[in-house]
Amino acid sequence: MATVVAVIASTHHPFYYRASTATGADRPPFADEWVAKIEAFRETLTKARPDILVMVGSDHFHQLWLDNMPQFLVGKAPYFDANWYNEEREFGLPRMTLPGEERLAAHILRNGLDAGFDLAFSNELRIDHSITCPIITLRPEADLPIVPIYTNIFAPPLPRPQRFVELGRTIRRLVESWPDDQRVAIIGTGHLSLELGGPRQFGAHGPDPEFDRKAIEWIARGDLDGCLAEVTLDSLHLPGNATHGFMDFMLMMGVAGAGQKADHVDSLDLFHTMEAYFTWYPNGAPA
Amino acid sequence: MSRYLLDKFLFTIDRDPALVERYREDAAATVAWWEEEMANRILNCTSGERSTWLAFTDEERQALVAQDHVTLFRMGAHPFLTLTLFIAMFERDHGPLEYQKAYGKALQHLTLPYPDIAT
Repeated sequence: MATVVAVIASTHHPFYYRASTATGADRPPFADEWVAKIEAFRETLTKARPDILVMVGSDHFHQLWLDNMPQFLVGKAPYFDANWYNEEREFGLPRMTLPGEERLAAHILRNGLDAGFDLAFSNELRIDHSITCPIITLRPEADLPIVPIYTNIFAPPLPRPQRFVELGRTIRRLVESWPDDQRVAIIGTGHLSLELGGPRQFGAHGPDPEFDRKAIEWIARGDLDGCLAEVTLDSLHLPGNATHGFMDFMLMMGVAGAGQKADHVDSLDLFHTMEAYFTWYPNGAPA
Repeated sequence: MSRYLLDKFLFTIDRDPALVERYREDAAATVAWWEEEMANRILNCTSGERSTWLAFTDEERQALVAQDHVTLFRMGAHPFLTLTLFIAMFERDHGPLEYQKAYGKALQHLTLPYPDIAT
Protein backbone atom coordinates (compact mmCIF):
# COMPACT_ATOMS: atom_id res chain seq x y z
CA MET A 1 0.00 0.00 0.00
CA ALA A 2 1.03 3.58 -0.52
CA THR A 3 2.38 5.48 2.48
CA VAL A 4 1.89 9.19 3.13
CA VAL A 5 5.42 10.13 4.16
CA ALA A 6 4.87 13.87 4.52
CA VAL A 7 2.03 16.38 4.52
CA ILE A 8 3.14 19.88 3.62
CA ALA A 9 1.22 23.16 3.57
CA SER A 10 2.70 26.40 2.34
CA THR A 11 1.98 29.81 0.94
CA HIS A 12 2.90 30.15 -2.75
CA HIS A 13 4.68 33.44 -3.22
CA PRO A 14 5.29 34.01 -6.92
CA PHE A 15 8.16 36.45 -6.20
CA TYR A 16 10.34 33.86 -4.43
CA TYR A 17 11.98 32.63 -7.62
CA ARG A 18 13.02 36.10 -8.71
CA ALA A 19 14.06 37.21 -5.19
CA SER A 20 16.13 34.08 -4.58
CA THR A 21 17.96 34.22 -7.92
CA ALA A 22 18.55 37.99 -7.99
CA THR A 23 22.08 39.25 -7.40
CA GLY A 24 23.76 42.56 -6.64
CA ALA A 25 21.56 45.64 -6.46
CA ASP A 26 18.55 43.65 -7.71
CA ARG A 27 18.61 41.33 -4.69
CA PRO A 28 15.99 42.42 -2.12
CA PRO A 29 17.20 42.85 1.48
CA PHE A 30 14.96 40.03 2.74
CA ALA A 31 16.17 37.48 0.15
CA ASP A 32 18.87 35.79 2.24
CA GLU A 33 16.59 35.17 5.22
CA TRP A 34 13.87 33.93 2.87
CA VAL A 35 16.21 31.52 1.10
CA ALA A 36 17.46 30.16 4.46
CA LYS A 37 13.89 29.47 5.59
CA ILE A 38 13.01 27.82 2.29
CA GLU A 39 16.10 25.61 2.37
CA ALA A 40 15.19 24.41 5.87
CA PHE A 41 11.63 23.79 4.66
CA ARG A 42 12.92 21.91 1.59
CA GLU A 43 14.92 19.62 3.84
CA THR A 44 11.69 18.47 5.52
CA LEU A 45 10.51 17.05 2.19
CA THR A 46 13.89 15.71 1.11
CA LYS A 47 14.19 13.74 4.38
CA ALA A 48 10.85 12.06 3.75
CA ARG A 49 12.20 10.51 0.50
CA PRO A 50 8.96 10.73 -1.50
CA ASP A 51 8.43 8.88 -4.80
CA ILE A 52 5.33 10.84 -5.84
CA LEU A 53 3.88 14.27 -5.03
CA VAL A 54 0.16 14.98 -4.79
CA MET A 55 -0.01 18.76 -5.35
CA VAL A 56 -3.05 20.79 -4.24
CA GLY A 57 -3.38 24.29 -5.64
CA SER A 58 -5.70 26.66 -7.45
CA ASP A 59 -5.66 27.82 -11.04
CA HIS A 60 -5.53 31.63 -11.24
CA PHE A 61 -7.77 31.99 -14.31
CA HIS A 62 -5.24 30.38 -16.61
CA GLN A 63 -6.77 27.22 -18.03
CA LEU A 64 -9.96 27.18 -15.96
CA TRP A 65 -12.41 29.85 -16.97
CA LEU A 66 -15.90 31.00 -16.09
CA ASP A 67 -17.55 29.29 -19.07
CA ASN A 68 -16.70 25.90 -17.59
CA MET A 69 -15.56 26.23 -13.98
CA PRO A 70 -14.96 23.11 -11.88
CA GLN A 71 -14.92 23.29 -8.07
CA PHE A 72 -12.41 20.46 -7.63
CA LEU A 73 -10.38 19.00 -10.49
CA VAL A 74 -7.77 16.23 -10.73
CA GLY A 75 -5.13 16.31 -13.45
CA LYS A 76 -4.61 12.92 -15.09
CA ALA A 77 -1.94 13.10 -17.77
CA PRO A 78 1.55 11.74 -18.46
CA TYR A 79 3.00 15.27 -18.40
CA PHE A 80 2.02 18.72 -17.21
CA ASP A 81 3.44 21.79 -18.83
CA ALA A 82 3.69 24.61 -16.37
CA ASN A 83 3.59 28.37 -15.97
CA TRP A 84 1.99 30.89 -18.26
CA TYR A 85 2.99 33.94 -20.24
CA ASN A 86 1.58 36.37 -17.68
CA GLU A 87 3.50 34.60 -14.86
CA GLU A 88 6.67 34.86 -16.91
CA ARG A 89 5.88 38.53 -17.50
CA GLU A 90 4.98 39.54 -13.94
CA PHE A 91 7.03 37.15 -11.80
CA GLY A 92 9.83 35.94 -14.07
CA LEU A 93 8.79 32.31 -13.56
CA PRO A 94 10.41 29.73 -15.85
CA ARG A 95 8.51 27.37 -18.14
CA MET A 96 8.58 23.79 -16.82
CA THR A 97 7.33 20.31 -17.72
CA LEU A 98 6.53 17.90 -14.90
CA PRO A 99 5.85 14.17 -15.21
CA GLY A 100 2.40 12.93 -14.10
CA GLU A 101 1.39 9.80 -12.15
CA GLU A 102 -1.73 8.70 -14.02
CA ARG A 103 -2.40 5.55 -12.02
CA LEU A 104 -2.69 7.43 -8.73
CA ALA A 105 -4.77 10.12 -10.46
CA ALA A 106 -7.13 7.42 -11.77
CA HIS A 107 -7.38 5.89 -8.28
CA ILE A 108 -8.19 9.27 -6.72
CA LEU A 109 -10.80 10.02 -9.40
CA ARG A 110 -12.58 6.67 -9.24
CA ASN A 111 -12.61 6.43 -5.48
CA GLY A 112 -13.18 10.14 -4.94
CA LEU A 113 -16.35 9.90 -7.04
CA ASP A 114 -17.43 6.91 -4.99
CA ALA A 115 -16.71 8.83 -1.78
CA GLY A 116 -19.14 11.62 -2.70
CA PHE A 117 -16.85 14.16 -4.43
CA ASP A 118 -17.92 14.80 -8.02
CA LEU A 119 -14.37 15.49 -9.13
CA ALA A 120 -13.74 17.00 -12.54
CA PHE A 121 -10.69 15.86 -14.46
CA SER A 122 -8.31 17.13 -17.10
CA ASN A 123 -6.15 15.12 -19.49
CA GLU A 124 -4.27 18.19 -20.72
CA LEU A 125 -3.59 20.61 -17.90
CA ARG A 126 -1.06 23.41 -17.91
CA ILE A 127 -0.44 24.11 -14.26
CA ASP A 128 0.35 27.50 -12.76
CA HIS A 129 2.35 29.01 -9.91
CA SER A 130 0.10 27.61 -7.17
CA ILE A 131 1.78 24.28 -7.95
CA THR A 132 5.09 25.35 -9.48
CA CYS A 133 6.01 27.64 -6.55
CA PRO A 134 6.19 24.68 -4.15
CA ILE A 135 8.07 22.69 -6.79
CA ILE A 136 10.61 25.54 -6.96
CA THR A 137 10.85 25.86 -3.18
CA LEU A 138 10.59 22.19 -2.14
CA ARG A 139 11.79 20.10 -5.08
CA PRO A 140 13.60 22.33 -7.56
CA GLU A 141 14.86 19.28 -9.47
CA ALA A 142 11.21 18.89 -10.58
CA ASP A 143 11.91 15.21 -11.11
CA LEU A 144 9.08 13.46 -9.26
CA PRO A 145 5.77 12.51 -10.86
CA ILE A 146 2.84 14.57 -9.62
CA VAL A 147 -0.92 14.39 -9.33
CA PRO A 148 -2.24 17.97 -9.43
CA ILE A 149 -5.52 18.72 -7.68
CA TYR A 150 -7.08 22.12 -8.27
CA THR A 151 -9.64 23.78 -6.00
CA ASN A 152 -11.78 26.81 -6.74
CA ILE A 153 -10.93 29.54 -4.22
CA PHE A 154 -11.26 32.23 -6.81
CA ALA A 155 -14.53 32.35 -8.70
CA PRO A 156 -17.69 32.44 -6.56
CA PRO A 157 -19.82 30.55 -5.76
CA LEU A 158 -17.15 28.61 -3.84
CA PRO A 159 -17.48 25.42 -1.81
CA ARG A 160 -17.59 26.12 1.93
CA PRO A 161 -14.56 25.69 4.24
CA GLN A 162 -15.92 22.45 5.72
CA ARG A 163 -15.98 20.96 2.25
CA PHE A 164 -12.29 21.73 1.75
CA VAL A 165 -11.50 20.01 5.05
CA GLU A 166 -13.56 16.98 4.05
CA LEU A 167 -11.81 16.79 0.69
CA GLY A 168 -8.47 16.87 2.49
CA ARG A 169 -9.49 13.99 4.74
CA THR A 170 -10.70 12.08 1.69
CA ILE A 171 -7.49 12.67 -0.28
CA ARG A 172 -5.49 11.29 2.63
CA ARG A 173 -7.67 8.15 2.76
CA LEU A 174 -7.55 7.72 -1.00
CA VAL A 175 -3.77 7.93 -1.19
CA GLU A 176 -3.44 5.46 1.69
CA SER A 177 -5.79 3.04 -0.05
CA TRP A 178 -3.75 2.98 -3.27
CA PRO A 179 -2.37 -0.55 -3.62
CA ASP A 180 1.00 0.52 -5.07
CA ASP A 181 3.88 0.41 -2.65
CA GLN A 182 4.94 4.03 -3.08
CA ARG A 183 6.00 6.86 -0.78
CA VAL A 184 3.68 9.81 -1.37
CA ALA A 185 3.98 13.38 -0.11
CA ILE A 186 0.82 15.50 -0.16
CA ILE A 187 1.65 19.17 -0.66
CA GLY A 188 -0.85 22.02 -0.80
CA THR A 189 -0.53 25.77 -1.09
CA GLY A 190 -2.81 28.64 -0.24
CA HIS A 191 -2.73 32.08 1.33
CA LEU A 192 -2.96 33.70 4.70
CA SER A 193 -4.61 37.16 4.61
CA LEU A 194 -4.23 38.61 1.14
CA GLU A 195 -5.61 41.55 -0.81
CA LEU A 196 -5.32 41.69 -4.60
CA GLY A 197 -6.58 44.62 -6.61
CA GLY A 198 -8.13 46.36 -3.60
CA PRO A 199 -7.25 49.23 -1.25
CA ARG A 200 -5.25 47.09 1.23
CA GLN A 201 -2.82 45.58 -1.27
CA PHE A 202 0.99 45.88 -1.21
CA GLY A 203 1.19 47.22 2.35
CA ALA A 204 4.17 46.89 4.70
CA HIS A 205 2.67 43.60 5.98
CA GLY A 206 -0.17 41.36 4.98
CA PRO A 207 -3.57 43.09 5.19
CA ASP A 208 -4.50 41.43 8.51
CA PRO A 209 -1.55 40.40 10.74
CA GLU A 210 -3.94 39.36 13.52
CA PHE A 211 -5.69 36.89 11.22
CA ASP A 212 -2.29 35.59 10.09
CA ARG A 213 -1.18 35.03 13.69
CA LYS A 214 -4.36 33.09 14.48
CA ALA A 215 -4.19 31.14 11.23
CA ILE A 216 -0.62 29.98 11.90
CA GLU A 217 -1.73 28.84 15.38
CA TRP A 218 -4.68 26.87 13.98
CA ILE A 219 -2.51 25.14 11.40
CA ALA A 220 0.49 24.47 13.65
CA ARG A 221 -1.74 22.89 16.32
CA GLY A 222 -4.08 21.15 13.90
CA ASP A 223 -6.91 23.08 15.53
CA LEU A 224 -9.61 22.33 13.00
CA ASP A 225 -12.44 22.94 15.46
CA GLY A 226 -11.16 26.40 16.37
CA CYS A 227 -10.55 27.24 12.73
CA LEU A 228 -13.94 26.01 11.51
CA ALA A 229 -15.69 27.84 14.36
CA GLU A 230 -14.39 31.18 13.08
CA VAL A 231 -13.87 30.79 9.34
CA THR A 232 -16.79 31.04 6.92
CA LEU A 233 -17.09 32.13 3.31
CA ASP A 234 -18.33 35.50 4.61
CA SER A 235 -15.67 35.93 7.30
CA LEU A 236 -12.87 35.39 4.80
CA HIS A 237 -13.70 38.68 3.07
CA LEU A 238 -12.63 40.59 6.19
CA PRO A 239 -8.88 39.81 6.32
CA GLY A 240 -8.44 40.63 2.61
CA ASN A 241 -10.31 40.08 -0.62
CA ALA A 242 -8.15 37.14 -1.77
CA THR A 243 -8.09 35.37 1.60
CA HIS A 244 -10.37 32.56 0.40
CA GLY A 245 -7.12 30.89 -0.62
CA PHE A 246 -6.81 30.07 3.08
CA MET A 247 -9.29 27.27 2.42
CA ASP A 248 -6.47 25.33 0.74
CA PHE A 249 -4.64 25.48 4.08
CA MET A 250 -7.81 24.12 5.70
CA LEU A 251 -7.85 21.33 3.13
CA MET A 252 -4.29 20.48 4.16
CA MET A 253 -5.30 20.49 7.83
CA GLY A 254 -7.86 17.89 6.79
CA VAL A 255 -5.08 15.86 5.14
CA ALA A 256 -2.90 16.12 8.26
CA GLY A 257 -5.79 15.27 10.59
CA ALA A 258 -7.52 17.06 13.45
CA GLY A 259 -5.31 17.67 16.46
CA GLN A 260 -2.11 16.79 14.61
CA LYS A 261 0.65 19.22 15.54
CA ALA A 262 2.95 20.17 12.69
CA ASP A 263 6.54 18.91 12.98
CA HIS A 264 7.95 21.96 11.21
CA VAL A 265 6.45 25.45 11.52
CA ASP A 266 7.99 28.60 10.13
CA SER A 267 6.83 31.97 8.83
CA LEU A 268 8.25 35.14 7.34
CA ASP A 269 6.63 38.55 7.53
CA LEU A 270 7.04 40.15 4.11
CA PHE A 271 5.52 43.24 2.55
CA HIS A 272 2.08 42.51 1.05
CA THR A 273 1.74 39.08 2.65
CA MET A 274 2.91 36.71 5.39
CA GLU A 275 4.69 33.55 4.31
CA ALA A 276 4.05 30.33 6.28
CA TYR A 277 5.45 26.82 6.04
CA PHE A 278 4.26 23.61 7.73
CA THR A 279 5.30 19.94 7.54
CA TRP A 280 3.72 16.96 9.25
CA TYR A 281 5.20 13.45 9.35
CA PRO A 282 2.28 11.04 9.80
CA ASN A 283 4.61 8.16 10.69
CA GLY A 284 7.02 10.11 12.85
CA ALA A 285 9.91 12.30 11.78
CA PRO A 286 12.45 10.56 9.55
CA ALA A 287 15.96 10.22 10.96
CA MET B 1 -24.56 44.59 -15.70
CA SER B 2 -22.46 41.82 -17.19
CA ARG B 3 -19.59 41.14 -14.84
CA TYR B 4 -18.91 37.99 -16.80
CA LEU B 5 -18.23 39.92 -19.98
CA LEU B 6 -16.00 42.45 -18.21
CA ASP B 7 -14.03 39.54 -16.79
CA LYS B 8 -13.89 37.87 -20.20
CA PHE B 9 -12.43 41.03 -21.71
CA LEU B 10 -9.79 41.38 -18.97
CA PHE B 11 -8.97 37.65 -19.15
CA THR B 12 -8.52 37.43 -22.91
CA ILE B 13 -6.53 40.67 -23.20
CA ASP B 14 -4.21 39.81 -20.31
CA ARG B 15 -3.33 36.36 -21.67
CA ASP B 16 -2.19 37.66 -25.08
CA PRO B 17 0.98 39.80 -25.25
CA ALA B 18 -0.07 41.51 -28.49
CA LEU B 19 -3.48 42.42 -27.09
CA VAL B 20 -1.94 43.84 -23.89
CA GLU B 21 0.04 46.29 -26.04
CA ARG B 22 -2.89 47.04 -28.31
CA TYR B 23 -5.18 47.85 -25.36
CA ARG B 24 -2.49 50.00 -23.74
CA GLU B 25 -1.95 52.02 -26.92
CA ASP B 26 -5.50 52.37 -28.23
CA ALA B 27 -8.16 51.47 -25.69
CA ALA B 28 -11.21 52.68 -27.62
CA ALA B 29 -10.37 50.82 -30.82
CA THR B 30 -9.40 47.68 -28.92
CA VAL B 31 -12.64 47.62 -26.90
CA ALA B 32 -14.72 48.18 -30.06
CA TRP B 33 -12.87 45.45 -31.98
CA TRP B 34 -13.09 43.06 -29.03
CA GLU B 35 -16.83 43.54 -28.55
CA GLU B 36 -17.45 42.95 -32.25
CA GLU B 37 -15.12 39.98 -32.77
CA MET B 38 -14.39 38.38 -29.41
CA ALA B 39 -17.27 38.98 -26.99
CA ASN B 40 -19.33 36.11 -28.37
CA ARG B 41 -16.50 33.66 -28.94
CA ILE B 42 -16.95 30.63 -26.69
CA LEU B 43 -13.47 30.21 -25.29
CA ASN B 44 -13.78 26.56 -24.32
CA CYS B 45 -14.97 25.41 -27.77
CA THR B 46 -13.24 24.73 -31.02
CA SER B 47 -13.85 27.59 -33.44
CA GLY B 48 -17.00 27.78 -35.56
CA GLU B 49 -19.59 28.08 -32.81
CA ARG B 50 -20.42 31.43 -31.25
CA SER B 51 -22.79 32.87 -28.69
CA THR B 52 -25.33 35.43 -29.88
CA TRP B 53 -26.14 37.65 -26.93
CA LEU B 54 -23.11 39.09 -25.19
CA ALA B 55 -22.61 42.89 -25.22
CA PHE B 56 -21.33 45.57 -22.84
CA THR B 57 -23.58 48.20 -21.29
CA ASP B 58 -22.58 51.76 -22.13
CA GLU B 59 -21.14 52.21 -18.64
CA GLU B 60 -19.03 49.04 -18.91
CA ARG B 61 -17.71 49.95 -22.34
CA GLN B 62 -16.82 53.40 -21.07
CA ALA B 63 -14.94 52.05 -18.03
CA LEU B 64 -12.87 49.78 -20.26
CA VAL B 65 -12.14 52.55 -22.74
CA ALA B 66 -11.13 54.87 -19.89
CA GLN B 67 -8.97 52.08 -18.36
CA ASP B 68 -10.64 53.06 -15.08
CA HIS B 69 -9.76 50.38 -12.52
CA VAL B 70 -11.71 52.12 -9.74
CA THR B 71 -14.96 51.91 -11.70
CA LEU B 72 -14.21 48.34 -12.77
CA PHE B 73 -13.77 47.42 -9.09
CA ARG B 74 -17.08 49.09 -8.23
CA MET B 75 -18.81 47.12 -10.99
CA GLY B 76 -17.51 43.85 -9.54
CA ALA B 77 -14.97 42.99 -12.23
CA HIS B 78 -12.69 40.33 -10.76
CA PRO B 79 -9.95 42.30 -8.94
CA PHE B 80 -7.25 39.76 -9.77
CA LEU B 81 -7.92 40.07 -13.49
CA THR B 82 -7.98 43.85 -13.44
CA LEU B 83 -4.83 44.10 -11.32
CA THR B 84 -2.82 41.64 -13.39
CA LEU B 85 -3.66 43.31 -16.69
CA PHE B 86 -3.15 46.85 -15.40
CA ILE B 87 0.24 45.95 -13.93
CA ALA B 88 1.18 44.53 -17.33
CA MET B 89 0.17 47.76 -19.04
CA PHE B 90 1.35 50.42 -16.61
CA GLU B 91 3.97 49.16 -14.15
CA ARG B 92 6.67 49.89 -16.74
CA ASP B 93 5.99 53.62 -16.46
CA HIS B 94 6.73 53.70 -12.71
CA GLY B 95 9.38 52.86 -10.10
CA PRO B 96 9.37 49.56 -8.15
CA LEU B 97 5.90 48.91 -6.58
CA GLU B 98 4.97 52.57 -7.16
CA TYR B 99 2.15 51.64 -9.54
CA GLN B 100 0.76 48.87 -7.30
CA LYS B 101 0.63 51.24 -4.31
CA ALA B 102 -1.00 54.05 -6.28
CA TYR B 103 -3.53 51.53 -7.63
CA GLY B 104 -4.51 50.61 -4.06
CA LYS B 105 -4.55 54.23 -2.92
CA ALA B 106 -7.04 55.14 -5.63
CA LEU B 107 -9.41 52.63 -3.97
CA GLN B 108 -8.91 53.90 -0.40
CA HIS B 109 -12.41 55.38 -0.18
CA LEU B 110 -13.92 51.88 -0.34
CA THR B 111 -15.08 50.10 2.77
CA LEU B 112 -16.20 46.52 3.41
CA PRO B 113 -18.14 44.81 2.06
CA TYR B 114 -16.54 45.26 -1.36
CA PRO B 115 -18.75 44.93 -4.45
CA ASP B 116 -19.87 41.40 -5.25
CA ILE B 117 -17.69 39.68 -7.84
CA ALA B 118 -19.87 36.61 -8.38
CA THR B 119 -20.71 35.93 -12.02
